[in-house]
Amino acid sequence: MKRRNFINLFLGGSLTATTVAFLYPIIRYLLPTRQTEAVIKKITAAKVGELAPNTHKIFKFGTSPAILINTPNGELKAFSAICTHLTCTVIFESDTETLLCPCHNGRFDLGGNVVSGPPPSPLESYNVEIAGDDIVVSKKG
Amino acid sequence: MSFQKKVNMKHLIQNVYSYADSRFKLSELLQFATKKKVPEHKYSFWYYFGGICLFLFAVQVFTGILLLLYYTPSIDSAHESIKFIMSQVKFGWLIRSVHSWSANILIGAIFIHMFSTFLLKAYRPPRELTWVSGFFLLLIFLAFGFSGYLLPWNELSFFATRVGTDIASTIPLIGKHIKTFILGGSEVSGATISRFFWLHVAILPLFTTIILGIHILLVQIIGMSKPISLAERKVKEIPFFPNFILKDSLGWMLILALIGVLCVFFPWEVGQKADSFAPTPLGIKPEWYFTFMFTTLKIIPSHILLFEGEVIAIFGFMIGALLWMLVPFLDRNAAKERRSPFFSFMGWIIFLYIVIMTVLTYLLPGW
Repeated sequence: MKRRNFINLFLGGSLTATTVAFLYPIIRYLLPTRQTEAVIKKITAAKVGELAPNTHKIFKFGTSPAILINTPNGELKAFSAICTHLTCTVIFESDTETLLCPCHNGRFDLGGNVVSGPPPSPLESYNVEIAGDDIVVSKKG
Repeated sequence: MSFQKKVNMKHLIQNVYSYADSRFKLSELLQFATKKKVPEHKYSFWYYFGGICLFLFAVQVFTGILLLLYYTPSIDSAHESIKFIMSQVKFGWLIRSVHSWSANILIGAIFIHMFSTFLLKAYRPPRELTWVSGFFLLLIFLAFGFSGYLLPWNELSFFATRVGTDIASTIPLIGKHIKTFILGGSEVSGATISRFFWLHVAILPLFTTIILGIHILLVQIIGMSKPISLAERKVKEIPFFPNFILKDSLGWMLILALIGVLCVFFPWEVGQKADSFAPTPLGIKPEWYFTFMFTTLKIIPSHILLFEGEVIAIFGFMIGALLWMLVPFLDRNAAKERRSPFFSFMGWIIFLYIVIMTVLTYLLPGW
């Protein structure tokens, strides 16, 4: 190898190594730090008798909002309140007995299925059971 | 002031000028500005929107620096600090309203500047890079609007950020990583305010300074374009300084007066503090300049053939933006100083689409 080529290679390599040595910590610094959170699979959403028929309650399920509905028939249903379209929080409309996402007018029935609008898939549904005075909601599966 | 005092003052100014001139070569700059000519014709009116954008950007910088004195970028105090600015700080309502109103007028002026440049085919060689740099400035100012919208931490801005960042997550393979990077986690949280604040006051101003510098430098070096329809005619020219600058500053004064009136009669709202576990309020919509995309996402079917409708719409907008940026290289007729009716037609279609979708968002909120 000629001396000039060696120097070019040496300086080029040093420059690349220096660039990487500067960029790597900056990129790692910019990326969000992973924070470990306890995975919640079960939660007390409400007390028995708290919800009148055809009303709802939004509650915290881990870090996300979820919705508990007491249907006009008195059946308790729970879903993730995050719309499957673009993640807005849904509301329960008692007059139409449907769940509405106000962002883009996506509408779901009381089974969580898409009735109209742009959502591509149903709402995630949860198990609901009564444990003493508590209404307990848990993830399926 | 007596005659003698006037003479002394004149001498003082002359001395200061000659001191500065010998060091900064001001007379050369002045000579360049007076020698530089600007074409004046029936479309000249549209030229002034570039200067208006620049003026409004200066207003943004000035009021933004003032707001920094009281604003606190954290989940617990962001909303409270805005309320404090609006209700307790003397003229805080005015400074924040000027910042918000001028930001919105600035985006409007950028759109007018862009469409007038497009329809007058001012992007044709040698001004391709002026167009491309302008396109990047549009993206930067939309990012300014998006990041600034969250900072008051109210419920509208919270959900707008959720929807906006979820749009980024639809990009295959890297979408989820981009969303996490923008949000500083998996959800809109305190980390998101910190990141948006960092973007809004440090990163975007840095990029703006660089790209705006290039944009203005190109305008100064290459000069202003003459429309194709006037290419063979003799067009009147006026000096850049003082004639054009004085007309420009008249436009700035009118805009400033408009902002003043808007701030006094319609001070910018603070809104309800965001609650990440509250349902999305009815009738929610983003800032007006995003509503054409918002309404498109609303009316698009959930599935088109095998694909999700939202993914198709978002990719449509991305490809459209890319083609828009590359227009100077695609419009071969304009490059040869010939009329290009197809591009004019497409420009009008896009303009009308944006206007109609924006108007529909407000006229038919339940649509």
